[in-house]
Amino acid sequence: MRIPLSYSFRNLLTRRLTTTLTASGMALVVFVFATILMLAEGLRKTLVDTGSYDNVIVIRRASTTEVQSGIDRYQASIVETQPEIAIGQNGRRLAAKELMVIINLPKRGSEKPSNVTIRGINEQSLLLRPQVELIEGRMPKTGSYEVIAGENITRRFRGCGIGEKLHFGMRDWTVVGAFRAGSTGFNSEIWGDVDQLMQAFRRPVYSSVTFKLRDASDFEALKERIENDPRLTLEARREIQYYADQSEMMTKFLRILGMSLTIIFSIGAMIGATITMYAAVANRTSEIGTLRALGFQRRNILFAFLAESMLMSIIGGFIGLFLASFMQFLTISTVNWQTFSELAFSFTLTGGIVYESLIFSVIMGFLGGVFPAFRASKMNIVDALSTR
Amino acid sequence: MRGGYKFTTLPIKGGKIPSPLVGEGLGEGCFCINTLMTDIKQPIVEIRNLSKSYRRGIQVIPVLENINFDIPEGEFLALMGPSGSGKSTLLNLIAGIDKTDTGTVMVGGLDITSMTETELARWRAANVGFIFQFYNLIPVLTAFENVELPLLLTWLSRKERREHVEMVLQMVGLDDRMDHYPSQLSGGQQQRVAIARAIVTDPTLLVADEPTGDLDRVSAEEILELMARLNQEFGKTIIMVTHDPHAAERAHIIRKLEKGILNAHP
Amino acid sequence: MHILKLIFRNALRHKLRTALTILGITIAILAFGILRTLVSAWYSGVEASSSARLITRNSISLVFSLPLSYKEKIRQIPGVKGVSYAIWFNGTYISEKNFIPNFAVEPKTFLELYPEYVLPEDQKTAFIRDRKSAIAGRKVAERFQWKVGDTIILKGTIFPGAWEFVLRGIYYGAEKSADETQLFFHWNYLNERLKKTTPRRADQTGVYIIAIDDPDQAAEISEAVDKTFKNSLAETLTETEKAFQMSFVTMTEAIVTVIQLVSFMVIIIIMAVVANTMAMTARERIGEYAIMKTLGFGGWHIAILIFGESLVITMTGCVLGIILTFPGAEYFGNTMGNFFPVFDVSAMTLLLDIAASFFVGLIAAAFPTWHAVNIRIAEGLRKIG
Repeated sequence: MRIPLSYSFRNLLTRRLTTTLTASGMALVVFVFATILMLAEGLRKTLVDTGSYDNVIVIRRASTTEVQSGIDRYQASIVETQPEIAIGQNGRRLAAKELMVIINLPKRGSEKPSNVTIRGINEQSLLLRPQVELIEGRMPKTGSYEVIAGENITRRFRGCGIGEKLHFGMRDWTVVGAFRAGSTGFNSEIWGDVDQLMQAFRRPVYSSVTFKLRDASDFEALKERIENDPRLTLEARREIQYYADQSEMMTKFLRILGMSLTIIFSIGAMIGATITMYAAVANRTSEIGTLRALGFQRRNILFAFLAESMLMSIIGGFIGLFLASFMQFLTISTVNWQTFSELAFSFTLTGGIVYESLIFSVIMGFLGGVFPAFRASKMNIVDALSTR
Repeated sequence: MRGGYKFTTLPIKGGKIPSPLVGEGLGEGCFCINTLMTDIKQPIVEIRNLSKSYRRGIQVIPVLENINFDIPEGEFLALMGPSGSGKSTLLNLIAGIDKTDTGTVMVGGLDITSMTETELARWRAANVGFIFQFYNLIPVLTAFENVELPLLLTWLSRKERREHVEMVLQMVGLDDRMDHYPSQLSGGQQQRVAIARAIVTDPTLLVADEPTGDLDRVSAEEILELMARLNQEFGKTIIMVTHDPHAAERAHIIRKLEKGILNAHP
Repeated sequence: MHILKLIFRNALRHKLRTALTILGITIAILAFGILRTLVSAWYSGVEASSSARLITRNSISLVFSLPLSYKEKIRQIPGVKGVSYAIWFNGTYISEKNFIPNFAVEPKTFLELYPEYVLPEDQKTAFIRDRKSAIAGRKVAERFQWKVGDTIILKGTIFPGAWEFVLRGIYYGAEKSADETQLFFHWNYLNERLKKTTPRRADQTGVYIIAIDDPDQAAEISEAVDKTFKNSLAETLTETEKAFQMSFVTMTEAIVTVIQLVSFMVIIIIMAVVANTMAMTARERIGEYAIMKTLGFGGWHIAILIFGESLVITMTGCVLGIILTFPGAEYFGNTMGNFFPVFDVSAMTLLLDIAASFFVGLIAAAFPTWHAVNIRIAEGLRKIG
């Protein structure tokens, strides 16, 4: 009982230029929409993956990041003796007292320097972070001036490839290995022996103590104890939470910016669709009259025109998604304002994002076309037929 | 009646079926070819006290005043009159695409003036075939698809629809151009497609508003010939509005409308 | 003036279509304006920089400090007019959501080096005299409704603890680009407490600010400073204030680039939409234009009609968009949590808005005009049907 979809579709083809322009507008909106979602997902993935649920990180109270924090040896040793800390296969506690500083390094191919995180580690550090694997070279020898660099750093920053030397703390440091850490933030760090680094930077305090819990549910009790201990001025957080907090500002900013842009663009795209469809209705007035005369109901006409604008927007949606999927090849390299250091993340496309984007485009097509479709359906047959 | 539509399958051969046209005809394999059979020409259209006026801002302009007349089944009627005489309006009212101010229009025994819009649309689909001056074919549909359109309002299967469409296109002599778009056809050919569309559901009435108005002499002749055939061989009741005296000649009866009042001119 | 009347009447013929097109342009101009304002906000630190100031920091990164003893040595370098120093304190006011840039500075020299931060004399004197005092910029004082004499408590993040100050002055910027969202207090106040709690962190500073006599000497003086401290425990990196501020922008360059790209895309898409509308309209009116030609109207007249209508539509949208840009920018600035000290719509942005709209109006009308002007009368008349 319906006007066939081919009617709607072919009418789109007839007005090739107009349809292309309007669909492009839709495609752009969906592109921005999907890209923002992909960005947020990429950021979330990077940061969430960066932590383990049963790891705890302890820093100085009121510091927001490891960089600001300072834990002296006395306090650090108290933390290390907490009973909830798991024992590793080597019989030692799975805890690492680490140092974190930021240095300026020039990027490859440009003079512009950026901030890179250097983490002083010990042997336990790697065990605490199973996501990290050495992909080239070897671990630095304890007590040496050797470092390993995360994948993102070896690629983007000068002097950070295997065999290259970095100069800081009045010494040269040789890069002896490269490591990959999934999509986590560790990819943007350089690791070296903690004692050597503390000496080189003349920092007699650690930045943080990270350890693995024997049982993940022990966290609450442990947190209470550490934060209420009069000898300590520290706070404890689950590693996952810590890293999530670090991206809060950035995520918020990107989300607000992205959504504002999407809303503005979508209004523009819908206006484009509305103009197009009103024109289409105006041009096909006698056709509408004919269809009504032949016996098609008002609602058949309504659906036919709605189908036209929604087809247009879905096509735009697919194109936008297609283009957005190429963003997955891009990695954004920027400085996270909160941590003041390098953060790299990529765009991640998920099934959920595809679904949401298509729904979004359908909604746009609907909203853009609903008023013209109503106009078409409300026409009086005789008047419509007398239009030429 | 299936789903409120009157419908018949097309013939293997012509058959005579006694029947009032509307409301029946479930017979398989038979096309209702009538009129030649019945001697008593029932009025297929009965109009009583029909009036219609138009509003232009505050002005009310009367177009038809107190029209009363009947159209017998199988008639070929030409409505003529000067511009603004209301002949198209009358046609629209009979065809069910306009509403009367006062009066009733009975077609095939049904009072269409009391139907709702939805009912009227369904009624039209089954009972009225339209032929317009400017053909009014859908430009993005092929000739085949244009003719198929009214059948989409029925419950016919795809295969059945195809059969009917091919049949009527054959009748109008255009079966070799089924897949052409209207832009690829001449005026005369387009009008023939329109006529095919008009008869594909075997409607009670054929209404034509200036069917030859946009055609050259030769094509006009072809169209009028076709319409005459439909009337004589298949007993179709045809009501035609026209300026063209040539066209009017083809009709059985010419009635003139002047200032909303009907005169008979046999 | 008949032509003008005809233009307006024509534009109003399809009220809905015209309204929608204007709305589309308004939105585009609004988006463009906000995006541009966002980009300039990003660079506001650079804008506020002086070419007669240098910033010296630890060459490893800003995270490392410099000894106080460097001050004298820097002062003696030829070409240096004055030296001050500052530490990025990053204290939290009540909650992390209330971001305020705050620094520990050497008050007298700092105010000398930053003449664009203007204080009434009595406030300046009070600030310099009271070690526990602080001054704040007009914008941040307004935001939290601080008055001179109020006690302000900051929670230290880099330097832990609760830090209490008395607000002795509210400064305003002598230039539009000056940052009025900052809070400054005495370096001495910080240092005294550090000597007691963590002595190894005392007598340090984050950056040195150097005023030079001759901006053209910037490169030489920078080199001289760095040379002085080469091979010492804390090597330095000295650069112009502009370069220093730029380095922050560069760090987030990727995002700024994306925003600028998007701004362009906005304009292009809108151009396409308007062009489309004009083309549609012109196509429908071909017949009329043909008739006008028979009546004796020349190509020029028709061109003016089409261009006129297109420009009326685009400029109306432009004006509306500009009007909306101001409240829009303010809303955006507030939502961004006040991270940008300056979020003002610049005159340049408005100029670009107008130029873009004008340009779009012209381009959109170009092809239809060419077509309408050149059409042969007979062909045009046929289109009337």
